[in-house]
Amino acid sequence: MQSPTTLLDPTAELQTSARQLLPRLASLAGATIGLLDISKPRGKEFLDEVQKHLEQAGAKVKRYSKPTFTRVAPTELTQRISVECDAVIEGLAD
Amino acid sequence: MNQAIANQTTHYALVVKKDCPTCALIEPVIHSLANNETLSLKVYVQDDPSFPADIDDVIDDSSLEYSYQREIEVVPTLIRLSDGNDAQSEESRIYGWEKKQWQSFTGIEALGAELIDFKPGCGSKTQDPGMNEVLALRFGKQILQARAVELAEAEDIMEACYDRGWSDGLPVVPPTPLRVMRMLNGSDRDAAEIIGKVPPDNVSCSIEKIAINAVMAGCKPEYFPVVIASVEAALQDRFCMHGLLCTTYFSSPVMVVSGPVVKQIGMNSGINALGQGNRANATIGRALQLIIRNVGGGVPGGIDRANMGNPGKYTYCFAEDESDENWASLSMDRGFDRADSVISLFAGDGLQPILDQQSRTPQSLAKSMAMSLRSVAHTKVFGLADAILVVCPEHRRVFREGGWNKEDLRKALYEKLMTPGTEIVRGANDIAEGMPEKFKDKVLNKFRDDGLHIVTTGGTAGMFSAIIGGWVASGERGSQLVSTKL
Repeated sequence: MQSPTTLLDPTAELQTSARQLLPRLASLAGATIGLLDISKPRGKEFLDEVQKHLEQAGAKVKRYSKPTFTRVAPTELTQRISVECDAVIEGLAD
Repeated sequence: MNQAIANQTTHYALVVKKDCPTCALIEPVIHSLANNETLSLKVYVQDDPSFPADIDDVIDDSSLEYSYQREIEVVPTLIRLSDGNDAQSEESRIYGWEKKQWQSFTGIEALGAELIDFKPGCGSKTQDPGMNEVLALRFGKQILQARAVELAEAEDIMEACYDRGWSDGLPVVPPTPLRVMRMLNGSDRDAAEIIGKVPPDNVSCSIEKIAINAVMAGCKPEYFPVVIASVEAALQDRFCMHGLLCTTYFSSPVMVVSGPVVKQIGMNSGINALGQGNRANATIGRALQLIIRNVGGGVPGGIDRANMGNPGKYTYCFAEDESDENWASLSMDRGFDRADSVISLFAGDGLQPILDQQSRTPQSLAKSMAMSLRSVAHTKVFGLADAILVVCPEHRRVFREGGWNKEDLRKALYEKLMTPGTEIVRGANDIAEGMPEKFKDKVLNKFRDDGLHIVTTGGTAGMFSAIIGGWVASGERGSQLVSTKL
């Protein structure tokens, strides 16, 4: 209990102490969805397909790609996505 | 016969530390007690179980558990027990070295005969600075009830506080159990005591929750009674904290501290009194804001609907300058005594300067201040917003040298703030804003009764006083200044 990584909750404890998910989108219609290609091989073909489905559901799609899959996305890129999109789908593997 | 002697064996516990010269002095005494077959002795050593030398069954108390449970304050301490197996069986104790006392306590006439008569003991390691709370957490009664939030190994402790939404935007001190225990020791209030319901969620707030947020704000434990008093003030119905939080207006709690506590905890009532740089001023005001945020759930954009807010919503707390004993303090205006430590809460917003470097008479200066005070909220809006007039020391000097006290100033301001309704009704001076038409034929005062408060603070150079404008829902329909004695 005295470990330095234990903190006491300063809140009224009405909510879970774990990090909260952002609110989910109620509908794709009219929403702007970012597709983040992490630059693994053949990501483009897969995400093209995802884009078609999203557009059929009425979403607007914006495409992004990370410079390299080996590193986390640059701050500038995550900021751009957060400003321009309502939600993002990140392509995570080959 | 042998059985009878066995039954009469006296049991002792002795607590020592090697680092103590008195314990080192009595090492021969310890040996003679340990070798005495008519008694049993358990030796507990706090720092080094190789001490005392040549005693086999020394008990290592470097965890200090035994010393803590036995409330040892001084080493050596010799305790006589009624039962060698019962840890709770203390009959009596002696401490330090006083030869005759040890001889009569043990009934051994020649005990330590070769030693000096007297040498005081040393402090027990349980008394080391900060150790009490460490041991209380480890071995004491469980008094912390707040949910323990376990961080993942990779989590940065500062970022973790941000991630959970506990911060006002500035870094907070991570509220570890040890820090919270130390904060709680700044007051004698029970950690579990509920002091009221904090808006907007109206949830019960314990002294412990206040302590957690005071830690995060950066308070020292000695500030804690002031923080508690500020929460008690904020929860008074007259203060209307819920409405104040919800308003689209700028206002938020402004805390004025008066009386001896100001100097006791080192608050700033001098140069830059309303600015940055003093830990007590900065963190006490912030603690109240964090409590409203974290316990009450009052988050900007949620229930806090301020269209702009004001920088004082991080922290807004200052102390009164009471160096002129003929000038009443705010707390005295509220019915308290100069010797009382009092915190007052006002629903206010930013700071509006009153520059006057030319007035050398009370009459001129009062008129000058009255003109500036008309600007609170809007020069044509009367009676809605209270205000605090913050008189700087140089301006106070002008009043005092002119023979005025605070009441004289208050009366003069009242007279000079009376204004014909024709000047301030809606449409007057080609400005749509103003008082309703029905006030046209009346004479109005800028402030409602008890709506203008006067305090003094600040450095001794600079003829700059200030106005802290109040919420436009001042008075019984909204917020009134409240004061709480510590």
